[in-house]
Formats: sequence, structure tokens, C-alpha cells
Amino acid sequence: MRRLKYRLLKEKIARHYMLGLTILCLTILFVIGLVLLSKAFPVFRDKDLFKVFFTSGWRPFKGEYGFLTFIFSTLNVTFIAILIALPFSLLTSIYLSEYSTSRIKRIFNPIIDLLSGIPPVIYGVWGTLTVVPLISEKIAPHFVDFSTGYSVLAGGIVLAIMITPLIISITNEVFAAIPKDIREASWSLGATKWETVKKVVLRKSLPGIIAAVVLAISRAFGETIAVLMVCGNVTELPASIFDSCYPLPALIANNYGEMMSLPEYEAALMFSALLLFIIIVIFNAGSRLILNRVSKRYQQ
Amino acid sequence: MRKLEERIFKVLMIISSLVIMSVLLYILWIIIRRGLPSLTWDMVSKVPSGGFYLGKEGGILNAIVGSLYLIFGSVLISTLISLPVALYINFLINKKSRFSSIVRFSFDILFGIPSIVYGAFGFMVMIYLGIQASLLGGIIAVSLLIIPIMVRSIDEVAVYVPKDLIEAPLSLGATKFETLKVVVRQILPGITTAILLAVGRGIGDAATVLFTAGYTDSINLSPAQPAATLPLAIFFQLSSPIEEVQNRAYAAALILTIIILVISFSTRYFGNKLSKSKV
Repeated sequence: MRRLKYRLLKEKIARHYMLGLTILCLTILFVIGLVLLSKAFPVFRDKDLFKVFFTSGWRPFKGEYGFLTFIFSTLNVTFIAILIALPFSLLTSIYLSEYSTSRIKRIFNPIIDLLSGIPPVIYGVWGTLTVVPLISEKIAPHFVDFSTGYSVLAGGIVLAIMITPLIISITNEVFAAIPKDIREASWSLGATKWETVKKVVLRKSLPGIIAAVVLAISRAFGETIAVLMVCGNVTELPASIFDSCYPLPALIANNYGEMMSLPEYEAALMFSALLLFIIIVIFNAGSRLILNRVSKRYQQ
Repeated sequence: MRKLEERIFKVLMIISSLVIMSVLLYILWIIIRRGLPSLTWDMVSKVPSGGFYLGKEGGILNAIVGSLYLIFGSVLISTLISLPVALYINFLINKKSRFSSIVRFSFDILFGIPSIVYGAFGFMVMIYLGIQASLLGGIIAVSLLIIPIMVRSIDEVAVYVPKDLIEAPLSLGATKFETLKVVVRQILPGITTAILLAVGRGIGDAATVLFTAGYTDSINLSPAQPAATLPLAIFFQLSSPIEEVQNRAYAAALILTIIILVISFSTRYFGNKLSKSKV
């Protein structure tokens, strides 16, 4: 009898401990948001937010904090990355899920895993070794007089390779969620495989594909080290894609040492972290909701 | 006409698949080609000496050991947190309940938060607690980064555990907590995969440790002191203007890549083992 009591007590304690841990993890998201918000608060209090977002002067020691360069750079690099990555990953993903044999899949899936497992700093090293010289020596001379190669384009290319595995794996899951009956119905009406893909599979999975792209965008927004290593980090608005730029995450990473020198400066850097946090939480939440709905709809 | 369009797209698909495959091989090839000539035994067996950053004697043993310590600490902490959470939302409460899906959803969001934000957050917490850049700070920040990865990947295998497996011990009079022993044994390969994934992600991330773990030239065993890490060793050495030091950055990149490749292949091995034991 006593033994049973002991076991039940153990069960109770374990249950509460596990519930406590789970709730603790749930609150982390709010804690991060609140800490960043409180640290960034001086920006909201003292600065004209319109000026913060839409001017490009960045002189921390004179009290000028214009984020336009960083926001513009981040958007530019991300846009180029998606533009390059999307066609490749979509075509590959269609090939893998609709056309390829299981043997090709067995070769290909490890490659995608490997690509997504390579650390950002390695992509950065590779980018400085290959992409940067390629741009400064081969590509840029056709368009502009001079480019160091450390540029918006370099950041975009490196990021494109980094987000490709993400898009492929999510779209693969989306395609797999679409039931076989729908495809078979289309075939039985005399449609070819490609017509079925184009008119049935792609149309049905459009929300999922959009969600995948949004997730990839948010990944690209936050990527720090790899982009920092190849994009030059110059606090001036880039005039072309061959100019250097300075994305938000790089701003935070490069200045952490000076962060403590001025409370105002620290607030501005935390403001950029908050900005990243908010954008990414919204993007992630939105695309996850869509993806959950897509997989649930076809589950039965 | 219909056939032609299909053929064109099929060719495009094959081309794009080949492009992705060759990009991977190209990355590996470049890292090996640049790293291998500078990879000496000194690199992996010595700590930096006085003139190391001017191209003199020494190696990056401090960073290798620092990275291993850091990842060991953070994987330990995050396993102790993620495993109970994943088991809780799958076995102690209904895995399709609203609470479970809220937990899953918030881990999905945490999963997407960039490492630089975790780094900045960790840094703020450390200032608040009065800790300086240290191994402990790095461990906490990296744990935050990898907990969502571990919870979601353990969760993925836990969903497939058959109901009978939990009901059988229950019917024999075990408490729900005791049935977890059976479950954990069943999904052990899945847990291993989750840990390996977390190790791979955590060991390669530079942005989290940039603020929190600091950097040091000696091997440090105390959690209150700064610790060197491999990604930062690569990053700092690459920004040096001296060629010899840059070459070492390439060698360090090769070492990190080899570690990642080993982890990736082991993940695959345990993943395959899991799919065979699936009931």
C-alpha cells in the first residue's frame, strides 16, 4: 500500500514538473519580446519613429539613428536570395516528388540535409573565396566601373544557397500532403503528368508554397554571419546590387562590443533586434498556420 | 505541343537538381582545396602562442575544445528540458489536444527566431545577472537556440508511437509516468537523431556565441570564464590581413566541415535505424 502511494506521488511530481517545464518554454517567447522591448524603449520615447525608419544617417556618437540603410539592405539581399532560390528549389522539389525514382531520392535527400546542415560561417568562407571574386572580376565589370565584390549580390547569392534546402524540404512535404486520388483523377481524364502537376498539384499546394517562401524570407532576414562576411558592411545606401550594403543582423553583430558605451546606442541596437524579432515572429506564425491547415485538410 | 512543354520542364527540373548537387560538391571542394594545405598537426594539437595572430606558431585547439565543451553543456541542458516537454505533450496529455498544438506552434515560432536575436537576448540577460562573457553564458544562449530543434524532432517520432505500447503497461498497473520508460526505449534512435541535429546546429553557429561566450587563447574549463569556439576562430582569423592567418581560417573551416559531415552521416544512420524499427 505504501509502495503504491509512493509511486503515485512520484507520478504526480513528474507530471507537475513536466507541465512546469512546458509552460516555462511557452513563456520564453514573451520574455524575449519583453526584454528586447524594454531595452529598446528609449528609441520609442526619444526618437521620431518616422525618422528612424526613413532616414539613412547613422552617426551613433552624434545621436543620429536612421535605419533606412539597414532595412533597405536587408530587403534587397532577401529579395535577390528568393529570386534565385525559388525557381531552382521549386523545380527540384517537383522533380523529386512527382518524377524521380526512389533511388534518385535516396541520393538527393542526404544532399539536401547536408546543405541545410552546413554552418553559416562555412557558407561565409565559401562566399568570400568564390562568390566575391566572381562578382568583382567577371560579373560587375560588365555593368559598373568598380566593385569590390563585397556586395548586395554576393549576400543574395550566398543566402539563396542557404535557403534552398529549407524551401525544398517544406514544398516536398506540401506536395506529399496532396492525396494521390486527385492526381489519378486528373490522369484518368487524359491529362499528362506535367499538366496534372501544373493544373492540379501546383494549384492545390499554392498556399503551402507561399508559406514556404515566407518562412524562407524570415530565415533570410535573420541570417547574420554568412551575409556579414560577404556584403561589405558600409553604412551607405547601396546604389546598385554591386555596391556594399549593411543588413540589420550584421549591424547588431558588428557593434556588440560598443553596445555598452552609450545607453542610447544600446537602445538603438536592441531596437533593431526587436524589429527582427517582431517581423520574424509574424512571418513564422502566419506561414505555420497555413502549413498546419494544408496538412490537416488532406489528412483524412 | 503538350509533350514538348512537358519535355522542356523535365529538362529544366533535371538541370536545377544537378545545379543544387554541384553547388554542394563545389562548396565542399573549395573548403577542402583551400583548407587542406594549411591543415597541420599543430593546428589541432596546440593552443595559440604569442605571435599566433601575426602568423607564428600555434593552433586552434582552444577553439576545438571550447566548442566541444559548449555543445556538451548545452545539449545536456536542452535534453533535460526538451525530452520531458516532448513526452508531456505526446503521452501525458492527449497529443491532439489544444494545449499540445499551442506548444507545438510556439516551438515552431521559436525555431524560426534567428540566432543573432538569441545572442542579443542572452547578452541582455547576462548583463542583468551581472555575468561577463563566459562559457556558461554561451551554454545558456546555445541551449535556447537548440531546445526548439530538439523538441520538434523528438515530437516528430513520438507521434508515431503506437497506442498499444502505452496501453499495455498501463493495463498491467503501471502509472503513466512509468510507461514513459517503454516509450523512451522505443524512440531512442529518434532522440539520438534529435541530439545530433542539435549538436550540428549548435556547434556551427557563430551569432549566438559572438556576444555570450567571448573568446580566449587558452583552454578554459571554468564556466565563469570566456571560451573560444570554432566558428568564431574562423571568423576572426579570416578578417586578419595577414595571409598566413587567413590560411589557418580555411584550415579551421575544414575542421568544422569535417565535424559537421560526421554528425550529418551519423544522423542519417540513426534515422535509418528508426525507420526500420517503426512498428
